[in-house]
Amino acid sequence: MLIRDICRLSFSALVDQRLRSFLTILGIAVGIASVVLLTSIGEGVQRFAVAEFTQFGTNLIGINPGKATTLGTSGAIINNVRPLSIADEEALRRIPGVINTVSVLQGNGPVEFAKRSRRTTILGVGPSAADVWQIKVVKGRFLPEDDSQAARSFVVLGSRVKKELFRDANPLGQIIRVAGERYRVVGVMESKGQMLGFDLDDAVYIPTVRAMSLFNQQSLMEIDILYRSGLQSKTIAEKVRKMLKSIHGAEDFTITTQEEMLQVLGSVLGVLTLAVGGLGGISLLVGGVGIITIMTIAVNERTPEIGLLRAIGADRGQILLLFIGEAVVLAGIGGMLGLLVGAGTAWILGELVPGLPTYTPWSYALYAELMAAGIGLLAGVLPARHAAGLNPVDAIRAE
Amino acid sequence: MISLTGISRVFTVGDEQVYGLRDVDLEITTGEYVSIMGPSGSGKSTLLNMIGLLDKADSGRYLLEGEDMTGLDDSRQADLRRHKIGFIFQFFHLVPRMSAAENIELPMILAGLPSSERKKRVQGAIEAFGLTNRARHRPDELSGGQRQRVAIARATIMRPHILLADEPTGNLDRVSGKEVIDILEDLNRQQITLLMVTHDPELGRRAKRQIHMVDGRIESDVAQGPFREKEPKKNHEAN
Ligand SMILES: Nc1ncnc2c1ncn2[C@@H]1O[C@H](COP(=O)(O)OP(=O)(O)O)[C@@H](O)[C@H]1O
Ligand SMILES: [Mg+2]
Repeated sequence: MLIRDICRLSFSALVDQRLRSFLTILGIAVGIASVVLLTSIGEGVQRFAVAEFTQFGTNLIGINPGKATTLGTSGAIINNVRPLSIADEEALRRIPGVINTVSVLQGNGPVEFAKRSRRTTILGVGPSAADVWQIKVVKGRFLPEDDSQAARSFVVLGSRVKKELFRDANPLGQIIRVAGERYRVVGVMESKGQMLGFDLDDAVYIPTVRAMSLFNQQSLMEIDILYRSGLQSKTIAEKVRKMLKSIHGAEDFTITTQEEMLQVLGSVLGVLTLAVGGLGGISLLVGGVGIITIMTIAVNERTPEIGLLRAIGADRGQILLLFIGEAVVLAGIGGMLGLLVGAGTAWILGELVPGLPTYTPWSYALYAELMAAGIGLLAGVLPARHAAGLNPVDAIRAE
Repeated sequence: MISLTGISRVFTVGDEQVYGLRDVDLEITTGEYVSIMGPSGSGKSTLLNMIGLLDKADSGRYLLEGEDMTGLDDSRQADLRRHKIGFIFQFFHLVPRMSAAENIELPMILAGLPSSERKKRVQGAIEAFGLTNRARHRPDELSGGQRQRVAIARATIMRPHILLADEPTGNLDRVSGKEVIDILEDLNRQQITLLMVTHDPELGRRAKRQIHMVDGRIESDVAQGPFREKEPKKNHEAN
């Protein structure tokens, strides 16, 4: 029997039983569509979160004071913890492979200019923060490379703060008050938006030492290290650990590599996507059971036809092949349709609902298609095997 | 060419054993025209199915053109059905969704003949069986006689040596029945071996050899009728 003929015969049988074929295709399509749609949402959220994390660069290691075993270190400090100091930062910068470091100290306070005032985040940072975090300066420049112990009182504004205090006026060179102290504006940052709920635009940047005295803090909150790409984060982290341990005499700090964070984030969200995809998979299975039922009825109805085919020379294999052909056509059409509808809906959702990022992971789509093909085959083969196994005489007489 | 020795077929219905065929011996040579008659349930169809390799004997020996048919595997059986045997049924058994031409083409598709050859043969058969303006019609748009002619075309399209007809006129009016018989006898004159089960004694008598069955046994096997080329085989009592 020629493959072209198998296809033609299968197709004509399916067209003849339009309603049944339609229902079967619908069952598979709905299952596939839900798998594709749900995993698209899961994957979209995952990618969105990862992008949020990596927008400040990927070759980053963060060091916080205090020892914690899990990720979320609170700077809330156990008593015998030694502060992280600017001297520590400078020591770390000398580690081979380290390109740059940023010291960070964060607080809140009022920022005033003319009659306008805004309570905002005050970030004490080193001069390389803009480079390391990959935030661009749209006006003026970032904090200059001053003596880190006696930096001048310059301030760089987040885009939101600039807008609130200066509207459209040029802020460069103006003197503003940050938590009561006078600072000269040297630059304005680009708008970066929110990052995990933290609004970088609603912030001002001042030199670290100034922030330490402003908030009366002995310790930095964080030191970020940018290392050369191509190096292993583990290797750098180990060097950092050794050096800080030798300075502090104990491991009273926590090192977090971007890679670790991404791994944890990725695995959490990956499980989420899997779970959501599993839900879709269940609907596909439920659809599959329905399909098997429909196909069984269909094959039973066509028992005399099968008997006739046997009488005019079809062997068991050919009968099987014909029904497998039908199942493959059904599963194929249903699968493609489901893929189109699922991916299409995901895309439309992503476009229309701003808070809902979607991304269709084609590997999942492929799994779903394979599953559809499997279900289709099973649904076709099980009853067809029964039919092919019938005694031809009994099959012909079954009317 | 057909040789049955001690063929029995037993059906198990519930706890009971029903005999379809009891110890049947039968020899049929190429080109014969044999009618099989007998009361309902006497095993006529079972005999035909056995010869047509649709059913298997429980005991006995069946040689088809010298080849032993007992214990043949499924695909070889199918192959023989395809190439050596044509079946015609009382209820036509056409595939309802296919046109007359497509029904006729079906055995050639199963045999894997190339499309061009198929088209040629279908065209020839349609003309030969007077179906020219019915080729594109589905079975439900055809008369009984036309349906049976399509079925005969389908049964003969692979040019088999043996034609097995199980009450081919049983569902037809006299005129269409006569047409069908004419076609079958015409085929027989072209050296096809014809075995026909019938209820109609008048039709049965047309065959040069008449077999009468009762209760799974061959009761009588008589050669007579219009052609008298062969010696009668068994007992001469008329039916
Ligand atoms: N598939 C079957 N299952 C059980 N009994 C059968 C089957 N086929 C035929 N028989 C029995 O075998 C006997 C012969 O049947 P059959 O050959 O169809 O008779 P006929 O064609 O002469 O009317 C009958 O008693 C019938 O009931
Ligand atoms: Mg019968």
